[in-house]
Amino acid sequence: MTQTVSAAPQVVLLHSQDNVLISVATLAADTWFELEGQGYKLKQTVPLGHKIARIDMSAGTRILRYGAPIGSLYCDVQAGDWVHTHNLKSDYLASHTRNGRARG
Amino acid sequence: MTKGAGVSTSKQPQATLRGYLRSDGRKGIRNVLVVAYLVECAHHVSRRIVMQADDSEVHLIGFPGCYPNDYASAMMRAVCTHPNVGAVLLVSLGCESMDRDSLLQTVRDSGRPAELLVIQESGGTASTIAAGLSLVKQMRDQLAQAHTVSMAVNELVIGTICGGSDGTSGITANPAVGRCFDALVADGAACVFEETGELIGCENIMAERAATAELGTLIQACVAKAERYYTIMGFGSFAPGNADGGLTTLEEKSMGAYSKSGSSKISGLIKPGDVPPTGGLYLLDVVPDGEPRFGFPNIADNAEIVEMIACGCHLTLFTTGRGSVVGSAISPVIKICANPDTYKRLAGDMDVNAGKILTGEATLDEVGQEIYQCVMNVASGARSVSEALGHQEFILTYKSFEPIGPGCLPAGVQ
Repeated sequence: MTQTVSAAPQVVLLHSQDNVLISVATLAADTWFELEGQGYKLKQTVPLGHKIARIDMSAGTRILRYGAPIGSLYCDVQAGDWVHTHNLKSDYLASHTRNGRARG
Repeated sequence: MTKGAGVSTSKQPQATLRGYLRSDGRKGIRNVLVVAYLVECAHHVSRRIVMQADDSEVHLIGFPGCYPNDYASAMMRAVCTHPNVGAVLLVSLGCESMDRDSLLQTVRDSGRPAELLVIQESGGTASTIAAGLSLVKQMRDQLAQAHTVSMAVNELVIGTICGGSDGTSGITANPAVGRCFDALVADGAACVFEETGELIGCENIMAERAATAELGTLIQACVAKAERYYTIMGFGSFAPGNADGGLTTLEEKSMGAYSKSGSSKISGLIKPGDVPPTGGLYLLDVVPDGEPRFGFPNIADNAEIVEMIACGCHLTLFTTGRGSVVGSAISPVIKICANPDTYKRLAGDMDVNAGKILTGEATLDEVGQEIYQCVMNVASGARSVSEALGHQEFILTYKSFEPIGPGCLPAGVQ
């Protein structure tokens, strides 16, 4: 089911409908890469396996990975932003961390 | 996506393996003696017997509770008569609820050597350990006489689980296991994937793969049950390490976990202890029925591995991103590492490095083929890494289940 449709050396796009990219290595802040004609510059370090916004998106947008919904944004993000618990929440059960409950 | 994409297999099941034939017709890829404590109070004595026996083919299993539980009794019967088990020593304190006599009879009726020691009737700790060691030696001598018969790939039952998932699991190790599962199903083997609490969000796409519309509806209901159960628990099946590794939500983890199932149609929905009646792909429902009574469905990964073993799994494919090191009693565990950085740190605990997909050193199909070959090697007697390291984890706790209905196994009889 997982099909890499496009890849820069630093990230993969797993499905053509996805609005996030996945890092294939830990990428330092200010890393610049280009995918399908669009340039991205990272504002912060993105660890291996984490998500990066493919486009600008507003709060409430459903995030698609593998072409499937994996939750909704609760704040606006710009292309190249790190997408994680600080801006994305489950549409099912809230996630938890060692420091407490993430937003849900 | 094409079925069994790229993982080449023979279309005819080959009788290339050797197995230990049991009286129920199933065959084992190991011939283990299990020492089983029937309550925590008998755990120490049992552990000493296993430690002093110092034999990689003598495994410690058990159930800690003193109160009765139908599920625990059924699971003990299932694992003590698992095809990989050749002989059983039960160790009872004497006053616990587990029905030791019927368990002993079940194992003896299966044709296996089986013995029971009751600590309260055997003179206490030291003399029970001594008696246990003597019985273990006698039964091991009997097992050494066992001979193997030819065994075909379509006689294998293979489980899969993920533990310590991260953002790489769903793009490397899990879909690679899915490729391997497609190849095994094409060979006629039975493959089992599980943890419906980690499939929340996948219920609709999973239902579309069901062999019948009724089975699809049952799968959706089963995931809805899991979501309700975990909501009452207050936590989804999502550990802090999952978030550290880049997974943000339960449904994101689910989608990654789901790819372990490959692309075969889903032949049935089973519960712990149900042995798949034919080859094919089966979903194992591990979430208890009824109101939550005994806490989290499975307190850690090994509880799920034990449930897959109770379903007859000969070995388990365990994918990990963060880096689990566990194995299991009774059935070998093959560990497939999803994350190339984790693999560098924990290479000595891993059978397969699926992280090399991310570093461009292999394709998904190639790693799927490597996992398939590893299954054949371990089924042929080669030790998996966790097995060679001596990992023999085992967890069995309280649960309650209703039996599955006829719609759960549309193609076969239970």
